[in-house]
Amino acid sequence: MAQYGEEAKVLAGGTALLIMMKQRLVSPQYVINLKSVPDLNYIEEGQNGLRIGALATHRLLENSPLVREKFPVLVEMVRDVASPRIRNMGTVAGNLCHAEVASDPPALLMALDARVKAVSSQGERVIPLADFFVDYYQTSLRPGEIVTEIQVPPLPPRSVTSYLRFTFGSVMDKPAVSVAVVGSLKEGTNGLDKVKIVLGAVGPTPMRALGAEEALVSGDLEGAAQEAARAARPVSDVRGSESYKREIVKVLLKRAVAAALEKARGK
Amino acid sequence: MKLPMRLTVNGEKYELAVEPRRLLVDLLRDDLEMTGTKKGCDMGVCGACTVIMDGKLVSSCLTLALDAKDREIMTIEGLVRDGVLHPLQRAFVENWAIQCGFCTPGMIMTAKVLLGENPSPTQEDVRQALAGNLCRCTGYVKIIKAVMAAASSTER
Repeated sequence: MAQYGEEAKVLAGGTALLIMMKQRLVSPQYVINLKSVPDLNYIEEGQNGLRIGALATHRLLENSPLVREKFPVLVEMVRDVASPRIRNMGTVAGNLCHAEVASDPPALLMALDARVKAVSSQGERVIPLADFFVDYYQTSLRPGEIVTEIQVPPLPPRSVTSYLRFTFGSVMDKPAVSVAVVGSLKEGTNGLDKVKIVLGAVGPTPMRALGAEEALVSGDLEGAAQEAARAARPVSDVRGSESYKREIVKVLLKRAVAAALEKARGK
Repeated sequence: MKLPMRLTVNGEKYELAVEPRRLLVDLLRDDLEMTGTKKGCDMGVCGACTVIMDGKLVSSCLTLALDAKDREIMTIEGLVRDGVLHPLQRAFVENWAIQCGFCTPGMIMTAKVLLGENPSPTQEDVRQALAGNLCRCTGYVKIIKAVMAAASSTER
């Protein structure tokens, strides 16, 4: 990477890079195959939570007994990603680096306070996802940096989680709107203590809906839905008009919160 | 500039030299003349290029040939044994699940992996498994029927 700089692109699963190359959106002189680097294909539990190696595929995440036990919401989300073929080939880290707007992992992982470890010939650093996504297809990775790991902190006790996506067509479609809810219940009561709401696909990057979070903690679901719709910045495209997507944000927020609370209270 | 590679396709070993940019779908169709695998959307969405690599379903249009180095690939051509159709292929024929035939190899490869993992799927299981394989002709009804029929025939 240091040698070739901007002329090189990293290949993991290939499901994003190859499409961009076929459409001539990128034309790298060199393609560096990350799969030749050993020991990057893992999902492990560390002291600070979950560690997902750069070459772990969506499929590995989907089928991981560890993830099913400790982070079931991640399994719920990744099952909706594309198709079994794409999940067999594509990596979660690659998905984050691609920073596509209409995509599932970024919103949920951001709501989970995940971070990525970026390594270059000059050293390494850890980037919280809130600082990682910069714009459409743009991350804060510097030239020469590769993401080697995704780190997901453990869920709090009495956690409240859900991920809902809305597609306008078949299950294969990319999300038009998505809502990730990650929070925790107050001890002793059934009320929300803290919550993070991240909206996906309705802005250049996944976005926190801070107004919605405040409203939710004070028990105002309707207000939260309005705030979330206000915070969203959807673009009219083939998946829906701007106003339609804003309406869907409202609906999805209410459903996602209801589903999350039901799951948590049921436990 | 070509690089040498070996791979196994349908049980037979092949040795070739390929350019780094070569896609697996083109290696299969043009270099090995196995045209059963089709190129539909060329972006991994339609499933027409589905093959089985080391036991897993992949989109061969999004797989670099060099990424198939030293691996085992199965294509639709590998399902026929001594001129006898695989139960899935026979089920597709008997249940009128083929019109133009373009989606068929991808459908069958996907169904094959499904039945390997889940020998008695429900209709919903079949729909979920085939969600990534598009058909523009049939409306899917007969395809699902054929997969269910193949499942119950291999049960016997």
